[in-house]
Amino acid sequence: MIEIRFHGRGGQGAVLASEILARAAIMEGANASAFPFFGVERKGSPVTAFCRIDDRPIRLHTGIYEPDHVVVLDQALIQLTDVLTGLKDDGTVLVNSPHDPEDLGLSTDCKIDTVDATSIALERRLGSKSSPIVNTAILGGFARQCEFVPIKAILDSIRYMAPIKKEENAKAALEAYNRWRE
Amino acid sequence: MIDALTANQAAAIAAKLARIEVAAVYPITPQTTISEMMAEMVSRGELDARFMLMESEHSAMSALIGASYVGARTFTATSSHGLALMHEVLMWASGVRRPIVMPVAARTIGGPWNIWGEHMDVITERDVGWMQFYCENNQEVLDTVLMAYKVSEDPSVMLPAMVVIDGFILTHTVDAVSVPEQHLVDEYLPSFNPDPVLNIDDPRRFGGLIMPDWWTEFRYRIALDMEGAKKRIQEADAEFGKIFGRNYGGLVENYRTDDADVVLVIAGSAAGTAKEVVDHLRDEGLRVGVARMRVFRPFPSEEIAELNSKDVIGVFDRSYTFGDGGAMFNEVRSAMHGSDNIIKNYVGGLGGRDVTAAHIEWIFRNMLDILDNGLDRKIEWVGLRDGSGRW
Repeated sequence: MIEIRFHGRGGQGAVLASEILARAAIMEGANASAFPFFGVERKGSPVTAFCRIDDRPIRLHTGIYEPDHVVVLDQALIQLTDVLTGLKDDGTVLVNSPHDPEDLGLSTDCKIDTVDATSIALERRLGSKSSPIVNTAILGGFARQCEFVPIKAILDSIRYMAPIKKEENAKAALEAYNRWRE
Repeated sequence: MIDALTANQAAAIAAKLARIEVAAVYPITPQTTISEMMAEMVSRGELDARFMLMESEHSAMSALIGASYVGARTFTATSSHGLALMHEVLMWASGVRRPIVMPVAARTIGGPWNIWGEHMDVITERDVGWMQFYCENNQEVLDTVLMAYKVSEDPSVMLPAMVVIDGFILTHTVDAVSVPEQHLVDEYLPSFNPDPVLNIDDPRRFGGLIMPDWWTEFRYRIALDMEGAKKRIQEADAEFGKIFGRNYGGLVENYRTDDADVVLVIAGSAAGTAKEVVDHLRDEGLRVGVARMRVFRPFPSEEIAELNSKDVIGVFDRSYTFGDGGAMFNEVRSAMHGSDNIIKNYVGGLGGRDVTAAHIEWIFRNMLDILDNGLDRKIEWVGLRDGSGRW
């Protein structure tokens, strides 16, 4: 079983990102579940969402405490919350940031990557200038980083689930996938 | 077709597949997305039904009683305070034998405010003459709504049913759900054709005053038919399996109980987590199992009595009713009366607190300890912050 935790802010689309990923996995023939941390929704406040992917039906109906992968939609959250909590030793971290991974101030031996999802979202006019919707772009990066859900499935899932600008959102994910720097 | 759906979406799609004719709703968290989806389906013309947004849950249930009298297949959904506000009308619905099916997003009842999941709202309504189905996952929610109509509308039953969906844990979680084809659902669930119906061309009186010389017989008939519903539920489950290729074991689903020394009786989504823990402990050679209480009304007395041979039985209550232990615990203990096994009550998962695999593993190890050393205490509140609070 693969367990993923998303950190975002209310309004960035972290919950929808977890659902898009689960849907992509399900359409690829896997089993998956996605759920938010059931808190009180406020725009701008820290949000956590989760996704489980497995070959077998998902029977666990409990939170994820030791994720394999962490995806951070807002770099500033690194100062606010411990995004590395419980992350497995061989886990990965993906952060939406224009900077290099070593400049993020994260102390972990896990593999860290960055993708500039904000710039991509702004170029595609997803959300507003002050609060771009970065969830689809970062999913493209995540597809590249972890390679267990094909980018095509992610793009199809985005087209199905994005409430507006379906093609623009899919293109944002594809750009993040193609612009990947090792 | 496999889809990625929340349990609330699964419930609404099931209502559409059941070709419900009247939906009367009032929104409340965490049920609201069911009502919203019903409204969307009707407004888009995908569902040929009358959708009514009422001024309260009390009115929603009242409207459905009237609609059901006319012969409509009826649907609503609620939760928590909404269910509590329906209380007296719930008793009307069962008393006048209307087969209404209602998903309930199980949640706390305040105060103080808490919008999260537990079973207190539905457990509180265990005595109102409704059947109660507790679902483990989103697939079971979809399937159980269909089964509930099948059983409720059976002329030998004619009682309403609640389909219990753990608030947020299922209602707001996306999972893989196989959506059955309409023609198969039509084959499984024929249209609702009650007789007699409310009809101005053929006037009759429904729900009138029953004098003391007949009231006891009215109540006795409900009791008899609720008992008879047990067989109908087993049949509906078996027939569902034949048509759709999956079923759920009737009223109680036994998971690895055959050679188990200790068995945990548990309802709802936490049963899935418990099954995972059972597999994990079985790998260690520990003989543990789960009896998932799928149906609490009618109460599965026979299935529970079959667990008499187990040395230790734990009963997990996701609510607390301030009796001599929780409600499920008391009824299980009652059904086992006369057997010499040990029964213990575990209370947890209240107000949205996660029931973790660690909690359940702790429960199984506690039961195994009781197997060797005898009962430590009758009631255990699991996962309390300071680790105390048991007696």
